[in-house]
Amino acid sequence: MIRFESVSKRYPDGTVAVDELDFVAPSGQITVLVGPSGCGKTTSLRMINRMIEPTAGRILIDDQDVTKVDAAQLRRGIGYVIQHAGLFPHRTIIDNVASVPYLLGTDKKQARARAMELIERVGLDPRFAKRYPSQLSGGQQQRVGVARALAADPPVMLMDEPFSAVDPVVRDQLQDEFLRLQSDLGKTIVFVTHDIDEAIKLGDQVAVLRVGGHLAQLATPAELLSRPVDEFVAGFVGRDRGYRALTFATVGELAVHDEQTVTMGAPVPSRADLDNWILVVDAANVPQGWLNLAELRPDHTTVTAEMLYRGGTLATQGGSLREALDACLSSPSGRGVVVDSDGTLLGSITAAEVLGLIEKRRPGAAAVTGSGSERR
Amino acid sequence: MTALATSSSSSPLHFWGYFMDHRSTDLSWLWSHTWLSVVPVVIGLLVALPLGWLARRYRFVYPPLISLTGLIYTIPSIALFVLIPPLFGLKSLDPKQVPIALTLYSIALLVRVVADGLASVSEDTVQAATAIGFKPLGRFFRVELPIAVPVITAGLRVALVANVSIVAVSGTIGMSNLGQLFTLGFQNSTTGPYYPPIVLGIVLCVLLALVLDRIVIILNTLLTPWRKAVRS
Ligand SMILES: Nc1ncnc2c1ncn2[C@@H]1O[C@H](COP(=O)(O)OP(=O)(O)OP(=O)(O)O)[C@@H](O)[C@H]1O
Ligand SMILES: [Mg+2]
Repeated sequence: MIRFESVSKRYPDGTVAVDELDFVAPSGQITVLVGPSGCGKTTSLRMINRMIEPTAGRILIDDQDVTKVDAAQLRRGIGYVIQHAGLFPHRTIIDNVASVPYLLGTDKKQARARAMELIERVGLDPRFAKRYPSQLSGGQQQRVGVARALAADPPVMLMDEPFSAVDPVVRDQLQDEFLRLQSDLGKTIVFVTHDIDEAIKLGDQVAVLRVGGHLAQLATPAELLSRPVDEFVAGFVGRDRGYRALTFATVGELAVHDEQTVTMGAPVPSRADLDNWILVVDAANVPQGWLNLAELRPDHTTVTAEMLYRGGTLATQGGSLREALDACLSSPSGRGVVVDSDGTLLGSITAAEVLGLIEKRRPGAAAVTGSGSERR
Repeated sequence: MTALATSSSSSPLHFWGYFMDHRSTDLSWLWSHTWLSVVPVVIGLLVALPLGWLARRYRFVYPPLISLTGLIYTIPSIALFVLIPPLFGLKSLDPKQVPIALTLYSIALLVRVVADGLASVSEDTVQAATAIGFKPLGRFFRVELPIAVPVITAGLRVALVANVSIVAVSGTIGMSNLGQLFTLGFQNSTTGPYYPPIVLGIVLCVLLALVLDRIVIILNTLLTPWRKAVRS
């Protein structure tokens, strides 16, 4: 557990970067610090491992005041990941990862074995071990950065915008892998980002800071989206927060309709039950895309890949309402495809049905239903 | 200098014959020339490392230090040779005056090289090293200095080659090194120019400079296997 007790930082030039900050980052959880540029996120983070010393207040890690511990010793017990990875260009990947064990005097062979394990764990090809950082892509370097931070198995990890310098696709991947890793490792993590979507995706709790280093709100992502405390937080959380809040809304079980299907490679059906759209699945009943009977050419006799509309997203049974609604909105037929956890087709659901479920969840829904007063 | 009389030709191309006739003297001059070129650079580097580190660590030290060292470098070598004995309490033509002057030059050149080399280490890397738990000294020797090697060796090459030619200048004021060959050449140019020792001096100086330069390049390659990765 990391506890900030009225922590302030005033730089020598008079800038107050952090002002009377009070919060607790619980053990085994991800606490995200988010806020606009210059609001003191990096400063707050660096005060934890004493790269920056606070001018007032104190920071405790498991009830131990960090200023009472030797700085280098303290840092070896805290994993730290920064934006551009900050790898050592003169060391191979494996030696980069083993940096902290080397510092701690771990036997070289043992340190390397551990490093190798981590390289694979963060999703890197083991063949990269002997390369140098300049021979890796930005996303790969970032993974090495994470592996290096984990090498000495520190209970605490500090991460300063670790995924913000990579493209959105890689970022998404890294975030997913990071969450998976964290669900295994259960580290106490303080994660800094200026991206509210990232904060909401990764945080068990999110601390929104405003410029001047004030804590505006500390809440779970769901709370933050549904009940921002003030205009600043509401504005920062963003316009489509209502929609994004659905990420955290689940229903026990989506009631699905059977959907007419045709298997890939089979003859094109002459007519569809509902409209012109027919769902195409593969031999294992995994949805592949939609077929529009109205657009067929005479030479289209069997179902082939290039005839498909693939734009639709899939909703997983037991997943969020956001996923379900998005499946409907992105489906060319307007019917959202629902699959079970191994990806096989369960059936479909319509946007109207998902909206019905959303309405039912609303606090005081019974009173509102039918009056239409909250709708446009 | 009886051998001189037996050297029949004064043609520039006769330098090889001249060398064979005076092998032992020439080789000893080459040897002392080598030491005079190398040792001051090594000492200069050892002094420049902490100074360069200071200039990097405390940024306000950098500008005055660079101005001062730049100033030293602009003093002509002959003038510096003459200035050294009174400044260091030596007799003039003391054998130590040349290495002292060369060491000063080397320090002057290398302080800047070391400071700039350390500045070439990315701030992210330095921050990461600190955050990981390197103490300042460990960080300097195991992270910052190794990464600064390519810049520093580039500076060493300049310093070594410059020293080879400055040492030759000191030969003309009587120090025993390859510079003596030039003095001899001028002294023996009585009726017409007497080329062989002059050409030999030039050839040996150039060879020495090339060999030293090559050694530093090889050293650099050995110390920076990671640079090959950068280039390929
Ligand atoms: N060394 C310093 N000296 C003076 N002021 C500083 C120093 N470092 C940061 N600041 C100021 O402190 C404030 C907070 O800086 P900080 O780096 O913590 O912001 P941040 O929230 O991490 O911003 P960003 O999202 O841009 O990284 C800023 O106004 C910044 O200009
Ligand atoms: Mg920052």
